[in-house]
Amino acid sequence: MRRSVLQLQPNAVIGVVLVGLLLLVIAVGFVWTPYDPIAIDLDHTLAAPSLAHVLGTDEFGRDVLSRAMLGARISGAIALGVVALAVSAGLALGLMTGFVGGWLDRSLMIVNDAILAFPGILLALALMAVLGPSYRSLILALSLAYLPSIVRVVRASVLSVRQREFVEASKAAGDGPLYTMVRHVLPNALPPVIVLATSLFGWAILSESALSFLGVGIPPPAPTWGNMLSSARPYMEYAEWLGIVPGLCIAATLLGVNMLGDALRDWLDPRRGS
Amino acid sequence: MTGPAPLLKVQGLDLVCGPAAEPITLLRGFDLKVAAGEFVAVVGESGSGKTMAARSILGLLPPGVRRGSGSIVLDGRELTTLPPEGLRAVRGRDVGMVFQEPMVSLNPALTVGRQLAEGLELHTDLSDAAIRARCLEMLARVQIKDPARCLAAYPHEFSGGMRQRIMLASVMLLKPRLLIADEPTTALDTLSQREVMELMVELSQDSGTAVLLITHDLGVVARYAKRIVVLEKGLLVETGETRQVLAHPEHPYTQRLVAALPKRGEHQSRPPEGAPLLEVSGCCITYPGKAGLLRRAPPTPVVQGLDLQVAAGEIVAVVGASGSGKTTVGRAVLGLKAIETGAIAFDGVRLDRMTAADRKRFRQEAQLVFQDPFSSLDPRMRVGEAIGASLRHAPEVSAAERRARVAAMLEEVSLAGFEDRFPHQMSGGQRQRVAIARALVSRPRLVVADEPVAALDMTIQLQVLTLFRKLQAQYGFACLFITHDLGVVEEIADRVYVMSAGKVVEEGPTNAVFDAPKDPYTRALLAATPSRMAAAMALEGP
Amino acid sequence: MLTYIVRRLLLSVPTLLLVAVAVFGLIRLIPGDPAVVMLGEGADKAAISLLHHELGLDRPVPVQFAVWIGRALHGDLGQSISTGEPVLGLILQRFRLTATVVLIAVALATLIAIAAGMIAAWRRDSRLDLAIVSASSLVLAIPSFWLALLLLLLFGLKLHWVPFVGYVPITQNPVQAMLFVVLPILTLTITESGVLTRMMRASAIEVLRLEYVTHARAKGLPESAVLSRHVFPNAFAPTLTLVGLTLGHLLGGIAVIETVFTLPGLGRLMVDSILARDYPVVQGCLLFTALVYITVNLLVDLCYPLFDPRVTAG
Repeated sequence: MRRSVLQLQPNAVIGVVLVGLLLLVIAVGFVWTPYDPIAIDLDHTLAAPSLAHVLGTDEFGRDVLSRAMLGARISGAIALGVVALAVSAGLALGLMTGFVGGWLDRSLMIVNDAILAFPGILLALALMAVLGPSYRSLILALSLAYLPSIVRVVRASVLSVRQREFVEASKAAGDGPLYTMVRHVLPNALPPVIVLATSLFGWAILSESALSFLGVGIPPPAPTWGNMLSSARPYMEYAEWLGIVPGLCIAATLLGVNMLGDALRDWLDPRRGS
Repeated sequence: MTGPAPLLKVQGLDLVCGPAAEPITLLRGFDLKVAAGEFVAVVGESGSGKTMAARSILGLLPPGVRRGSGSIVLDGRELTTLPPEGLRAVRGRDVGMVFQEPMVSLNPALTVGRQLAEGLELHTDLSDAAIRARCLEMLARVQIKDPARCLAAYPHEFSGGMRQRIMLASVMLLKPRLLIADEPTTALDTLSQREVMELMVELSQDSGTAVLLITHDLGVVARYAKRIVVLEKGLLVETGETRQVLAHPEHPYTQRLVAALPKRGEHQSRPPEGAPLLEVSGCCITYPGKAGLLRRAPPTPVVQGLDLQVAAGEIVAVVGASGSGKTTVGRAVLGLKAIETGAIAFDGVRLDRMTAADRKRFRQEAQLVFQDPFSSLDPRMRVGEAIGASLRHAPEVSAAERRARVAAMLEEVSLAGFEDRFPHQMSGGQRQRVAIARALVSRPRLVVADEPVAALDMTIQLQVLTLFRKLQAQYGFACLFITHDLGVVEEIADRVYVMSAGKVVEEGPTNAVFDAPKDPYTRALLAATPSRMAAAMALEGP
Repeated sequence: MLTYIVRRLLLSVPTLLLVAVAVFGLIRLIPGDPAVVMLGEGADKAAISLLHHELGLDRPVPVQFAVWIGRALHGDLGQSISTGEPVLGLILQRFRLTATVVLIAVALATLIAIAAGMIAAWRRDSRLDLAIVSASSLVLAIPSFWLALLLLLLFGLKLHWVPFVGYVPITQNPVQAMLFVVLPILTLTITESGVLTRMMRASAIEVLRLEYVTHARAKGLPESAVLSRHVFPNAFAPTLTLVGLTLGHLLGGIAVIETVFTLPGLGRLMVDSILARDYPVVQGCLLFTALVYITVNLLVDLCYPLFDPRVTAG
């Protein structure tokens, strides 16, 4: 009984629509934005939303819509980088510890716990200070901050799958440990990791904007939703749109990604159906 | 039925679930009468609606299940129209309920004392001291050692059988008029199963409580119940005096149920000739102790000094309670569990001295069938692939030949054309047949079957066992059959080893062991196996 | 029970050690000479070598670590480069404010989560459940600093109920001080209640499925007793762990919220020190944060047997 995701879940619809919208905005941003997102226009600073500037302009007269569109691309690219790096590293480490076990497992778990002892955002903050502000170090810092959570999930998933009888059956059939791991353990351990990867995308967007908000993310004039919010702060009183637009962008993205993640989790749940 | 009005009278009960527009019927037009002090059993397999029927009496249906129509009258009072408070006053005081899973039916976060006292606090005006005294008395009554300590302990400190006694105590403390017992002993070992059942009968007789037993086990019914109600897929198909129904089942479904009771099979009684195919000698297996703070606890012995032989073509059963080490034996003979001392040899070659080539051959010639068909098949592998995987290490088999053999094997287990199914698209019985096909496709000389039918319904058990025996006769493989169920042993095994606490206490041809058991443990086990009594009843007639 | 406590304590030793090594090593990851980085290019040689000596950079690395950890154990985390104040004093002073806000907010969020989560699970698939689930999903999607900005915009700029910027210590003017922390607490309560409510609801749903709940109902217990006595302790145990993790991380600093509300908390101290390249303070903050996290989780684990007595057995 294989029904489509959309039929099953109303929140999947919200998720797909919001994430689709984000992708669309990014795609359009590559070929067209209403204005040059970083062109300063001192004649039209802090202009309220109008037909000329649909979402208004900022303190340098830059078009907020154009900046938000470029911000979507930058934030999305960073989040994607974090997901790719952290999930592949987490998958490799988690499989290895779940596979080898013993002292390797124990020591890796201690390292994991030690990293987890630092709040993710502070750790990323400190790493950014050490690595210097750049896209690469931002992705690296956020990946490292989230890596322990991923290793944990992968490891727990691998350990629980390894206890199932079909793994023993594979052993009894004479399969080598590597074959068993790749053919039986990995595919069955993957669903929670896929769900986690979805949430990680959301966390990365959130953390990136928080870091930029604190002034240690992507340096201006390149717009990200976080540094747009940060620079909006002094003008909030008479230019609310400056504070509302980037926040709404982040919230909509997070909502979409979370909903998609929930739907995926329900969909991948083996208990579903029957 | 004539005489006084029954204690419980259920009439025309319909239970449905699913959307209101197209409801799914779980139970249709269910009728039931239980007289005061009577012992009635409701029998059915999974999906028969028996548990829902029992739960509906107290209005404890799971979310999504609704009562369509029908009336439930207890002691002259209609329960279906009672407001929630009225129903709550009935629960516990007039009708008590015992559940199946001892591991999850007591709250792990509360002490036993709290949970015992709860009912008395709610339904009586007794003082705390009086409640405590009653609890202590009741715990002693259900043969819990050191009742005072038990009151302060948490459920996880007790074994399954003990927890089931505690649960029974907590319900019987209030001396209800009716006790609903939903599979109360299914999760227990044969011996504790009997003890708990006997206690239940005693306690209910003491307080004049009627018992409504929900079970899948005709054996338990035969031993304890006066009347029996048979449910199939939500419909009541037969009801009557237990002896009468077992001896002369009228409905085809009841006939099938009775036919599924274990019967003594035809066993080869010739002693095994020549060198045994599998030889285990002086084998000890231990589990490493739990890693403590500074040092490990000493290792726990699981199997001690085991000697066991299986001749080619012979079916040998290893029977024992959980924790007897029988499962470990099964794993060890396949080289999946390391042994401490002793030796295991297959076809004259010791497992620990096998060359790579020997081992490869061994993996083809010795196969395993697991208990749980849900977990022994990879949920992400199609059936054809899963069976074919057994031939992966037989290089002389080409891909085309492999496909042909898988198809032929599936036909043998009456699942022709199931290659592209996923495990979750099949029933439990079908899955277990796939597991058997997977084990047999490489034409093994030895099959280790670990409780292969324990997770299945009775009629399905019979199907799978019959199939297994047919295939065994056809291919002539030897089999080490691991089970807790003496009924199954009697039906299928040529020889039997009885294990208790890691040791073999008795061994011999099945007929000899069953007819004249020597060891007291074997005798207790035989006496406690209810299905044998039911089978005897079915044969003798009323 | 005692073995459980001792084992739990011993388990955190290697983690602590590793944390110390990481914090110590961090300063060495900075490209170039940390002293030059801190003092800026063109600082005079004497100052640089003085700082070298002060940071112990002129000695072999293992010795440096030993000296550093020895001092840290005695509460000496060095001096701030920009102000010359002792780092520990600076941290403790800032920590008081952060801890007040975080403890109140997490306590409130936990209470909300328990109530909302249990009700939603109990009335599963009802409209109330849908409302609670939607609200917590929405809250999860709202970045805390944006919520903070919006609240500030509404209550500070439009309604003028609370002051817009600034902070008054509670010792000077308790009423004023309350006004400054009320919005940060509100923000944090709202953001943290989302994830906790979801967790509580999920675990309460799991528990409600179990037979002991039906058993409790079959005894005739009213729903209030079933929920409070049988569902709550078992459903709260996993949520408690999450509360611990949340508390541990937030106590280390709520940098973004402190930034929006211009509160001189621990998170702000760390951000400012990073921007000012005041590495002893950064190191001190990181070490302190990790220590707080480990301690909080230790305490939570020690409370855990109250809700799930099984853990002490394993």
